[in-house]
Amino acid sequence: MALPSYASPLQRVWHYAFRILCGLIFFFLMFPIAVIIPLSFNAQDFFTFTSEMLALDPAGYSLKHYVDFFTNPDWQQAMWNSLSIAPMATLVSVSLGTLAAIGLSQSHVPFKRVIMAVLISPMIVPLIISAAGMYFFFSAIGLQGTYWGVVLAHANLGIPFVIITVTATMVGFDRSLTRAAASMGAGPVRTFFKIQLPLILPGVISGALFAFITSFDEVVVVIFVGSAAQQTLPWQMFTGLREQISPTILAVATLMVVLSIMLLATLEIMRRRNERLRGMTPG
Amino acid sequence: MTTQATDTDSLDLRGGEPLKRSLARALRRQKIRALLLITPLLAFIVIGFLFPIGSMLSRSVENDIMMEILPQTIVQLDEWDVDSTELPSEEVFLALVTDLQIAAENRTALNFARRMNFESAGFTTMVRRAQRSVRTWDLETDGPFRDQMIELHAGWGDIANWRALKAYSSPYTIGYYLAAVDLTMVTGHIEPLPDNQSLHLMLFWRTAWMSGLICFLTLVLGYPVAFMLANVKERYANILLIMVLLPFWTSLLVRTSSWKVLLQEQGVINQLLVWVGIVADDNRLTMINNKFGVVIAMTHILLPFMILPLYSVMKTIPPTYVRAAKSLGANDWTAFWRVYFPQSVPGIGAGAILVFIMAVGYYITPELVGGPSGMFISNRIAHQWNVSGNWGLVGALGTILLVAVLILYWVYDKIVGIDNVKLG
Repeated sequence: MALPSYASPLQRVWHYAFRILCGLIFFFLMFPIAVIIPLSFNAQDFFTFTSEMLALDPAGYSLKHYVDFFTNPDWQQAMWNSLSIAPMATLVSVSLGTLAAIGLSQSHVPFKRVIMAVLISPMIVPLIISAAGMYFFFSAIGLQGTYWGVVLAHANLGIPFVIITVTATMVGFDRSLTRAAASMGAGPVRTFFKIQLPLILPGVISGALFAFITSFDEVVVVIFVGSAAQQTLPWQMFTGLREQISPTILAVATLMVVLSIMLLATLEIMRRRNERLRGMTPG
Repeated sequence: MTTQATDTDSLDLRGGEPLKRSLARALRRQKIRALLLITPLLAFIVIGFLFPIGSMLSRSVENDIMMEILPQTIVQLDEWDVDSTELPSEEVFLALVTDLQIAAENRTALNFARRMNFESAGFTTMVRRAQRSVRTWDLETDGPFRDQMIELHAGWGDIANWRALKAYSSPYTIGYYLAAVDLTMVTGHIEPLPDNQSLHLMLFWRTAWMSGLICFLTLVLGYPVAFMLANVKERYANILLIMVLLPFWTSLLVRTSSWKVLLQEQGVINQLLVWVGIVADDNRLTMINNKFGVVIAMTHILLPFMILPLYSVMKTIPPTYVRAAKSLGANDWTAFWRVYFPQSVPGIGAGAILVFIMAVGYYITPELVGGPSGMFISNRIAHQWNVSGNWGLVGALGTILLVAVLILYWVYDKIVGIDNVKLG
């Protein structure tokens, strides 16, 4: 988009105006996320910048909201609930999802479109409907308000992401490699773990990250399917925002932004690795 | 070599098996293997997701509670005409007392009262009063019951209540769907609900137009950004893309809370406006708990879902076309509008439908920054579930919402194809 030297004045004006416009939109995208970071260090219980903060006076900043987060039993319980539900839900989605994605990328799959539609459906159905449906079902089978109930519900929600990312990676997978392994005497299980899995691993990991963040961020379903003992971080934030809005939420939000930066970085590394691997295999 | 045929039918393998059959068997085995890999997950989703949703939605027509609790009354009521101006006969009242005696014994009488209360208020008190007394009555000797029932509660002598009871007595009802579109059949005929009770059509309409507006705003904001991403050097595009992906990956709750913080009366934006002097300190803008708050927060939250599909389409548009148009004498605008823009339309379609599908089902953001005037249909569904416990209506509203989403999804599949959904 470099401006050619023969550009007319109008083109010049437009060129810079367009860049400013895009800059403003990027600002709109980033500002709400960036603004909570400094606010979370507020020494007061306000949701705005105090005059001390604006004057960059160290007295205006403190870690008290973080201290509150790490000492308050409610928030701690919520954090541990989130950290124990999300990985387990991810494990279920990824193990079932990867198998199915491998099945789906075989060359002859009957009813492929229907199966695909069914597997993607948890992503399509509005959350409130999924939540109400799963509430009745899990109540009927006695899983409502249990750890496993929430895990299974979240596993459902994460599956479409695993399917999409892993099938996308499978497109670039060179099938002659598994055949080569088989011809050298490796069984299907060994071929899978030694040949196929390492090659599709970037897709599996990105799928896992998506499934993890889906569970980690999810509020609606956990409110319906879970009980107070499964109160997760987003649930705690949700009640916090609805009722007594406490600045500790800003500290939690900042920590969650840090988490998403880490996830994003991991995903980017995976993507590059995947591209590199694909560069090696033709097709 | 004259016997060599191209037809696989006549080709035999060494074991004497025709090649065609052998190939078919290999293919079948391959299909079975694929299905075996898919089956666990398919079963998991069908049992743990589709079945629960289906059975929840089927509550929208189920109404067997009436038949369960008032079996005899309903049979007797069959004779009675809804349009008649006279109360049902003594037989009906006898049947009612019989049914209520059994129901009072089983403590189920209030269940049917609760069901009727969704349609017409007052049944709970009527039943509560009645079930206390009918227990002691003797069916053989204490009749006739009509006047006694009316004495217990005048509601039993109100024809309107009998009409409602008859209208909602069938084991399957369209009553919940009628309620979902602000209609009622309490009089025995389908009629609009009074204005002060009509809420759902307005909410469906609001959900639709606000989602449309949000979709439009994300397009207006997303198009230039996607254009820029697709046309700068890849090195810069990767850096700029992070600014799109970070919000995409940041928790919905985090983004909603940050808008709540920004838009509050004592929030950052008001603080800034007061400091600049645009707004007086005692006259701060109300930007939250209304439609404005929902639109701005949801536009921000859904913007990445517009940018990413737009970007992936624009990346594939060869820059040579625009250059060719310019070399043929088109000015910048014509080259863009006549050559570039039409090629980006699939991206617009994909992004717009995706954003719209996501927006119509939103619950969290309207709940937190919407207030009563920014409420979406999902919030109403949650309210019916939490507060009223009207599960049939939850099912009916949910079915309508789901059907709308599925139609949009079908269109999305036609335009983009579900296999082509890209993430990140």
